[in-house]
Amino acid sequence: MSAAEPLVLGIETSCDETGIGIVRGRTLLSNTIASSMDEHARYGGVVPEVAARAHLEALQPTIETALAEAQVSLAEIDAVAVTSGPGLAGALMVGVGAAKALAVALDKPLYAVNHLVGHIAADLLDAEAEPLEYPTIALLVSGGHTSLLLVRDLTSDVELLGETVDDAAGEAFDKIARILGLPYPGGPEIDRAAASGSDGLGGTRAGDPNAIRFPRGLSRASDLAEHRYDFSFSGLKTAVARWVEQQDAAGQPVSTADVAASFREAVVDVLVTKALAACADYGVPRLLLGGGVIANRRLREVALERAEAAGVTVRIPPLSLCTDNGAMIAALASELIMAGRTPSTMAFGADSTLPITDIQVAGEVG
Amino acid sequence: MILGIDTSVGTAVAVVEADGVVLAEASSANPLGHAEVIGDLLRAALGAARADAPVGHAGAGTPGAPAQITAVAAGMGPGPFTGLRVGIAAARTFALGRGVPVVPVVSHDAAALGILLDQALLGETEAGRFAIVTDARRREFAYTVYEGMDDDGLPIRVTEPALTPRDAIDTVLAGFGAERRDTTAVSAAMVALVAARALAAGREVGPRDALYLRSPDVTLPAGPKKVGV
Ligand SMILES: [Zn+2]
Repeated sequence: MSAAEPLVLGIETSCDETGIGIVRGRTLLSNTIASSMDEHARYGGVVPEVAARAHLEALQPTIETALAEAQVSLAEIDAVAVTSGPGLAGALMVGVGAAKALAVALDKPLYAVNHLVGHIAADLLDAEAEPLEYPTIALLVSGGHTSLLLVRDLTSDVELLGETVDDAAGEAFDKIARILGLPYPGGPEIDRAAASGSDGLGGTRAGDPNAIRFPRGLSRASDLAEHRYDFSFSGLKTAVARWVEQQDAAGQPVSTADVAASFREAVVDVLVTKALAACADYGVPRLLLGGGVIANRRLREVALERAEAAGVTVRIPPLSLCTDNGAMIAALASELIMAGRTPSTMAFGADSTLPITDIQVAGEVG
Repeated sequence: MILGIDTSVGTAVAVVEADGVVLAEASSANPLGHAEVIGDLLRAALGAARADAPVGHAGAGTPGAPAQITAVAAGMGPGPFTGLRVGIAAARTFALGRGVPVVPVVSHDAAALGILLDQALLGETEAGRFAIVTDARRREFAYTVYEGMDDDGLPIRVTEPALTPRDAIDTVLAGFGAERRDTTAVSAAMVALVAARALAAGREVGPRDALYLRSPDVTLPAGPKKVGV
């Protein structure tokens, strides 16, 4: 295998996207995704069994599409990479079984890697960006996770500073959308409603982010002692539901635009505040954003604005690489190979709660 | 050589010659942990097939057993979903990696063929109708009723695989006049042999999709409650 620029095929099945990525070194050749999102829409959230079934059906065609796009054959692949965790166990297992068999069939090394660290590795594939500088604080926000990390080295030293203690931020968007009678997935719908939603009086207008002061989870002084970098969104969800109920009960109009904008502001505020607090505490003037929720324009706006004021540089990988994908998994494995890491042994499984310190799973020390 | 993979109960891998000679088998009886063991079992079976192949056979002494595989037989269930999918996913990507076809096999067919071959081997009179019965979890069994072998050497299904509550199984099988055969392991060699016989006969005997037999277990969010009528 070329340790200088390995050709790696990455398989990602931790949630509802079947992602197959192909990279050569740090060059992206294909980022192919089959999503089962539409199948989850009528349930208002990702249903694990529906996701796992969809992965099984999507794997083979998605691999074929990715190979065609990258214009490489499986015989040319230097290594196979797969997400071992964290994620939905049944969904992860489809990818793990597939990756192992593919590696054995091709007689090629297999690298089992951490999904969250993969989100950071996505940044390496941005050909136009300056090289990633260490250390950096990373904020990963999606429907499956909300994590704040200190990255000293992508392949060897990533520390979890904090994470959500209940719902992921993306899940909160889905749940609030449901309360407001908006479809799934909630992120883009909340955005749309905040930009131009019901004023509660029969018209539409832009929502006022300061119309309702919803709570900022784990932000009180008493919480900050123990949960300085942790997030909580379940209290916010309850507060929004209660507010809407109370307005209804009192016969008061509910402006969907105001609720959406105010809710979104509460989420964005707490995310950005905690991320910048980590930057300040650790003296790290760099913040990397990743995960599907980064597609939220307001989050990017507020992060950029407040980071600039704080003297922190913000990096955002291309949005197509922020949502779950196989390219980031391939990129991380490629980085491990270039750092001289030996492949994973075959005896790993799907680990739904894989700790962030396990950047590579079942790698031999060598 | 045909590679057989089944994870409908435990995890089983085998390599079988097209004429039915079993070159290697590797399995784990653990009803969990399919994703953990599948890679090592594949390597073990393929390695053994290479080393142990009778002299003169294609696999003997030649490196690269994966390159000798001409088809991958996949046990499609019925079986608990999470584990079942691991084997099907593995069969599909292995076949993709080697550029060979996947031959789907009903896992119960493999178990039935095993019973029928044992009977023939021991010179026993045919048992007549029998049912392969496997654990489907959630207080249910999966069963398929069989009677004899057809001209292609494949077991004849009297019923398609189906689910029944555990306490109803005996009544259900009595209705078919079928003897109950509880099955706690599916042999990947038998899965491969069913595939070999199906290929030889030019028949498709397994389903394209996994035999889940249950819709994904979800409840739709309840709509707003209606007050009054
Ligand atoms: Zn993710």
